[in-house]
Amino acid sequence: MAKTKKIIELENVVIKFAGDSGDGMQMTGTQFSDSSALFGNDLSTFPDYPSEIRAPHGTIAGVSGFQVHIGKNKVQTPGDYADILIAMNPAALKANQKWLRPGSTVIIDVDSFDNKSLELAGYTNNPLDDGSLNDYNLVKSPISSLAAEAVKPFGLDKRTADKTRNQFVVGILYWLFNRSIEPAISFIQTRFKKKPELIGPNLEVLHAGFNFAENVEAMTTQFHVKPADKEKGLFRNITGNQATAWGLLAAAERSGLSLFLGSYPITPASEILQELSMMKHLGCITFQAEDEIAGICSAIGASFAGHLGTTSTSGPGLSLKGEAIGLAVMTELPLVVVNVQRGGPATGLPTKTEQSDLMQALYGRNGESPVVVMAATTPANCFEYAYTACKISLEHMTPVILLTDGYLANGSELWKIPEVNKLPDIKPRLVKDNDQAYKPYLRDVDTLARNWAIPGQEGLRHRVGGLEKEHITGVVSHDPANHELMVRQRAEKVNRVANYLPDQTIYGKELSDLLVIGWGGTYGALLTAVKELQEEGYNISLCQFNYIQPLPKNTAKVLANHKKLLICELNLGQFANYMRSKFPHLEFSQYNKVQGLPFFVTELKEKFKAILEGK
Amino acid sequence: MINVESLTPILTVEDFTAEGQVKWCPGCGGHAVLASVKKALPEAGVKKENVVFVSGIGCSSRFPYYINTYGFHSLHGRAPAIASGIKIANPELSVWLVTGDGDSMAIGGNHFIHMLRRNIDVNILLFNNKIYGLTKGQYSPTTPFGSVTKTSPDGTVEAPFQPGELAMGANASFFARAVDTNPKMMTEVFIAATKHKGTSLVEVFENCVIFNNKVHEMVTGKEFRDDNQIYLEHGKPMIFGKNSDKGLVLDGAGLKVVTIGENGIAKGDILVHDAKTQNIAIHFMLAKMSLPEFPVAMGVIRNADTPVYEDMLYNQVSKAKSQAKVKNVGELLKSGNIIRID
Repeated sequence: MAKTKKIIELENVVIKFAGDSGDGMQMTGTQFSDSSALFGNDLSTFPDYPSEIRAPHGTIAGVSGFQVHIGKNKVQTPGDYADILIAMNPAALKANQKWLRPGSTVIIDVDSFDNKSLELAGYTNNPLDDGSLNDYNLVKSPISSLAAEAVKPFGLDKRTADKTRNQFVVGILYWLFNRSIEPAISFIQTRFKKKPELIGPNLEVLHAGFNFAENVEAMTTQFHVKPADKEKGLFRNITGNQATAWGLLAAAERSGLSLFLGSYPITPASEILQELSMMKHLGCITFQAEDEIAGICSAIGASFAGHLGTTSTSGPGLSLKGEAIGLAVMTELPLVVVNVQRGGPATGLPTKTEQSDLMQALYGRNGESPVVVMAATTPANCFEYAYTACKISLEHMTPVILLTDGYLANGSELWKIPEVNKLPDIKPRLVKDNDQAYKPYLRDVDTLARNWAIPGQEGLRHRVGGLEKEHITGVVSHDPANHELMVRQRAEKVNRVANYLPDQTIYGKELSDLLVIGWGGTYGALLTAVKELQEEGYNISLCQFNYIQPLPKNTAKVLANHKKLLICELNLGQFANYMRSKFPHLEFSQYNKVQGLPFFVTELKEKFKAILEGK
Repeated sequence: MINVESLTPILTVEDFTAEGQVKWCPGCGGHAVLASVKKALPEAGVKKENVVFVSGIGCSSRFPYYINTYGFHSLHGRAPAIASGIKIANPELSVWLVTGDGDSMAIGGNHFIHMLRRNIDVNILLFNNKIYGLTKGQYSPTTPFGSVTKTSPDGTVEAPFQPGELAMGANASFFARAVDTNPKMMTEVFIAATKHKGTSLVEVFENCVIFNNKVHEMVTGKEFRDDNQIYLEHGKPMIFGKNSDKGLVLDGAGLKVVTIGENGIAKGDILVHDAKTQNIAIHFMLAKMSLPEFPVAMGVIRNADTPVYEDMLYNQVSKAKSQAKVKNVGELLKSGNIIRID
């Protein structure tokens, strides 16, 4: 007998998938996100995985999660709190209960709530019996046993059978969101193309999940999130790391150069190396080096030989690359260093996000060693800023450090696909063979960039290196006055990049009671908080920086007319101190969080309100 | 008919002579190495603009300033990584790496072994003077055990590395050794190195007149060299000595020095050098030979035909290009899961 169904229209909804790190929660979350995008929802995702690959089964340390926020309108963050939690075991429930909104729907695999699992998760009482879940709509689902039942006719071994459980979850969600199951079917058919024997069992489990949700009494409400009112065009769901890799590729193509990435695997940056290693058909060369140092040095070598030399890393790797970045500063070769920030110092929190490498990017080298430092602000705009980093590096003959972070790198959002041939032109400073006027350190009068002569070119033989060079000629020089001249020219060259940057913009009024200032990956949370407070009638604005060294030329002007300036960042105040050094006449307050977590919209709004109301 | 000769201009020593002064100490072995390199380069069969010298830090690493080619004087120990990037970016270039025992065996040890392991086609000249010269006389990883130096006033308590052993351990495809007092030997060995496809390591016993004078005297000194060196040539018996009457034979699992005409040993019993065999064990034993039990091996010890990194890489690139459906970044962006909103 069909039960009575109720459909609730929602503006947006946050779903969290949580299970053991081997349970396939990342894949399930991605699968659901992709289908939401196909349905037309806007979305933002964030995976939350442990640094151990397979921590002990059933423990809190082994919980792997994936959060997706889907909405009718533009979604800026993966969401603070979940409206729906899928918990595959007690540990997954325990680790995530504090991130649940009251009244949310909690779907658990009741088969996994045995005494041993409860104990492993650290429960003294069974949460299913002790009333601690009374605030939630608890759906006790026998996921493991029903999935096992469904695949019985296929005669799979237990391990393989267990791996189909996540499709049961997908089935439940498709029912819950009142969606056609077709995309899930074609996903399974594509995914198991090379293992066709697994298509049948997975489809069977998918249907079992859908039918279970259809029939179970505990699920009476279906949700509906309307397609987003997006602009027209082609979109795709993209993570920050993939967008970064593609931005580098696009820059190589538009500059007429080959892309070279020298890199060493490191969380959370490895996907950039992995992605580009699959791009040989576009002429991209990746070199997995023996260490971080060799990664960047090979990129510098490739750059000397005329490629677009790039390297990718995370905090500890940037430390190791410091000396070589100095070499790129001295040799004035193009080089893009992508640093996907994570919690530090030392090994720190490898899988968690933080913004604490800013000072290292700006100053972490010996000598006066200026580089361009910039930051992406959303997963998708990692493409645009990786592209721009290459453009600046090639046109100004300077290393550029692009800062992203674990949150942007692994998070995803819908991205309107740009036309590659409409991206800004990139003009590398190459010279013609036998150019009689060529001198290695002769500078462009506007940018102060030198020209780029490549081994193999006739009539341009020269040397570069780490020793100080005489200006114009490039001959080794220890002359005191020449050294100061070169130091000043290298600094001025980086400063003059500001002449080519877009103006800094402000979201909100140019005269506000509170100007919230951020940089990089905190954009989504800061924007959402500021927007919501503006809607509540507060005069609050946001100024989010992409370009840090140099700052956009109008920075002083945009900061001038606000009652209060508050710098929010995921560190102890690195950008705040930088800004104080640049604008000593301004008073910056700061709001910091260093928990390996992004800002939550709720905590930001609370803080901003307190300031606005003078509390 | 195309005249191949005319495609590669005939170059001379003068083509590679740099302007400006060579600033090594008078009497430094570096001068002789430089002269021999300049003689060998015209044999490389590449145009002069395609030659690149890369170096790390140390006395030897000043080399790029003294030769008229593209040059990169990089960071201490990092030259193999820089050279790898250059060669992989443009395999047409003839890339030479000049390093010393501190640069390659200490701070750059990791890069050094990985370059050999990958077999990227770069020629490495390792100037081994068994001392830190540019920092003025501290012991290096190749300084003999017990040596008194500025940082080992009571003698070192470290076993030295032997570059040849390290190279064989990393499965090097080419290893040769020469002495700075024998320009002819150096030139021959450098030419062999440039002709070898893959990483070629040449260790040059170099004298530092200031901080480690005569460290190689027992090998290079006029009165010792004939008995204490053996010059190995592929396909020729391993014979040495003032009277060319000593040779090497296999003895159990090791090598042994014998005298021809003694104990029934005839010339035909002497081992014939096979530099090209894949069997690295014999090359390891030859590279490891040291005084006083053995003569020190010179010449091309190993020259094995081994797959070259950049050849394999660019084969993959060509294959990927020919099979790809996606031909440019614009197509890439629109491939896979796309959502069209009309």
